[in-house]
Amino acid sequence: MIAKSFSKLSLFTAVLALGLGAACSKKAPSDADGKVTIEWWHSMAGHNNKVVDELVAKFNASQDKYKVVATFRGGYDEALNSLVAAFRGGKQPHIAQVYEGGTLQMMQSGATLPVYKLLEDNGYKVDWADYLDPIRSYYWDNNRNLTSMPFNSSTPLMYINLKRLKAAGFTKVPETWEDLIKFLDKDVSLGNKCGLIVSWHTWVLFENFNAIHDRPFATKANGFKGLDAELVYNNPEQIALIKKLAERVKTGAFTYDGRGSDAARNGFISEKCSVMMESTSALKGVIEQAKFEWQPAMLPHEANAKVVKNAIIGGATLWVLKGKPEAEYQAVAAFIDYLAKPEQQVWWHKNTGYMPLSKTAYNQLKAEGYYKENPGHEVAVLQLLRGGAPSDNSMGVRLGMFPQVRDTLMDELEKIFGGKATVEEGLKAAVDRGNQVLRRFEKTVTK
Amino acid sequence: MQKKARFESKILPYALIVPQLTIIFLFFLWPAFEAIYASFHLSDAFGLEVKFAGLENFTSLITDRGYLETFGRTAIFSTITATLSMTVGLILATVANRALAFKKITRTLLIWPYAIAPAMAGILWMFLFHPSYGVIGFFVNHVLQLGWNPVLNGKHAMALVIIASSWKNISYNFIFFLAGLQSIPKSVLEAASIDGASPAKRFFSIVLPLISPTFFFLIVMNLVYTFFESFGVIHMTTQGGPGSATTILVYKVYADGFIGQDLGSSSAQSVIMMLLTIVITFVQFRFVEKRVHYSGAGS
Repeated sequence: MIAKSFSKLSLFTAVLALGLGAACSKKAPSDADGKVTIEWWHSMAGHNNKVVDELVAKFNASQDKYKVVATFRGGYDEALNSLVAAFRGGKQPHIAQVYEGGTLQMMQSGATLPVYKLLEDNGYKVDWADYLDPIRSYYWDNNRNLTSMPFNSSTPLMYINLKRLKAAGFTKVPETWEDLIKFLDKDVSLGNKCGLIVSWHTWVLFENFNAIHDRPFATKANGFKGLDAELVYNNPEQIALIKKLAERVKTGAFTYDGRGSDAARNGFISEKCSVMMESTSALKGVIEQAKFEWQPAMLPHEANAKVVKNAIIGGATLWVLKGKPEAEYQAVAAFIDYLAKPEQQVWWHKNTGYMPLSKTAYNQLKAEGYYKENPGHEVAVLQLLRGGAPSDNSMGVRLGMFPQVRDTLMDELEKIFGGKATVEEGLKAAVDRGNQVLRRFEKTVTK
Repeated sequence: MQKKARFESKILPYALIVPQLTIIFLFFLWPAFEAIYASFHLSDAFGLEVKFAGLENFTSLITDRGYLETFGRTAIFSTITATLSMTVGLILATVANRALAFKKITRTLLIWPYAIAPAMAGILWMFLFHPSYGVIGFFVNHVLQLGWNPVLNGKHAMALVIIASSWKNISYNFIFFLAGLQSIPKSVLEAASIDGASPAKRFFSIVLPLISPTFFFLIVMNLVYTFFESFGVIHMTTQGGPGSATTILVYKVYADGFIGQDLGSSSAQSVIMMLLTIVITFVQFRFVEKRVHYSGAGS
């Protein structure tokens, strides 16, 4: 009796297993219509997500040999995690979008193919020198060749509520920190609860603050020249700036409302906060949603600054992963070449607010008169080109486990803004903890 | 008569437990071995550069003041959350045990929070208590003028995650306590009250000892819950901040491993947590179980 039901059970289980197995079998990369299909994992959400889909559709329609399939993989952190896990399981995509903080890690990983070489080997000629210097420099190797394809690059801007500015008696948008702070103090004395709110504090208040004033964030040219770089951002000017901001948390002239960018965007758009420092990629959203007079401007610099350099970029870049069949890399090269063309850059810039990557694309936009109608869109580019060629301190930041280094700084900043640590103590602790992280990374990748 | 199952076939019993053993192996043993292996190596994110590192991951953890502080925070978080959750669960079970109108509805409603995913619970509480856009947070700050700010004040943030985590587990405690209370024979309580024992005396001298098996079981389960499952709530509300105030052990494992991509350190932390849980469970079974009063089966 039991034997009978047992054999029935095992038959059932076998059928179930077969069925599950069949359902799990993957489709071959080459599509039914014979096109070579490649996968692109990205983190563009909301409005930009639709723009990515359109971009991919345009490429697919422009030729009939290759097909790109774009998949949204969550925010930058999650996407990098799924990329790592996929790579370990042999299921990585052809192209992955990784944020700028992951650059050194991707370069050292041995899991990627340098983009300049991929295009060269497949016979595509791209004038990389045409690319705007700070964008190129962030992702180039020691020979100034691009390891990844810069895709969505941004710089931080200062968005100002003009109504509040006028009410405080100012006629010009402040260009220096001193003037900005005067405005913020006046603003809260008039009864407003929130003067300045910042997104991506480490990027805006530390990396860019030091780069713009040609001071190092880390030794060895911010890490470009060696894995043994050490953090040195806690210089006197940095301490002075953070002190000024921390003192104003009580009055609200500077408000801290959490990490990331949600708090700042909500605060500014809802008119709770008069000034926000946020990425230029927020431009389109603010244009659509802000119901008051406002203006984007460059980040302020110190009044007594002898040198004012370019801002450094944020955003993300596209990496090509190893380990796929040879034939498919032709498709990858074709797609990267397509993205590198000025037409696509202009199109992407107009639809998202991320910057045009090359001088050609920028000049084209100027010639069209695009910036006459949309002056706000040019601010980020001008901020990027200011100050001539980037110095060692303004090429970008190239540190290992950079997200963790940034995290420890945010940790200590929260202690500072919460009154639990002095600025000197907090920044010293951040530098020490960050250096520990850097040394771990150095050990991990050195043979 | 003995209630032992008897099988005619020699293979059948083993075949029947193979699925369960497979699941235990795939989802518990294999990951545990991988974690132990990874904890002894320094590896880059993509797994292409794996170097043996001996005990280095462990020694750098022990010498990291931040990591040691995490232990203290976890102890505070777990103790308060477990105590709060069990106390409220017990009170609700005692009340629900009496003959009440709408008994079934009350009990069903009290079980609902358990069905919510921890991440959802975190989001819900954030929308209630955020100092800027939370309903209750706004009320506390603008009407009561109390200065509630879990975004900047570590103690407020800890309070928020403690409340949200213990809320989620109240239902679990409630169900078990209710079952325990209902298995107490009415005759014993009636005899005690005839003898003049007050409700309080009856509760502490009779009810509590008789539900002590349930109590013991729930202490173990609550501690395990606060060690591991509280991750969802913390990730959705405070992300371990502000300034590490709500970074408990399990959150640090996530932050170092998945944001920092430091798999060696993260695995070492997991191994330490595993050992800690084993020790605590062992201590509990060894010492606390001695005081548990197991009555005979179903009287």
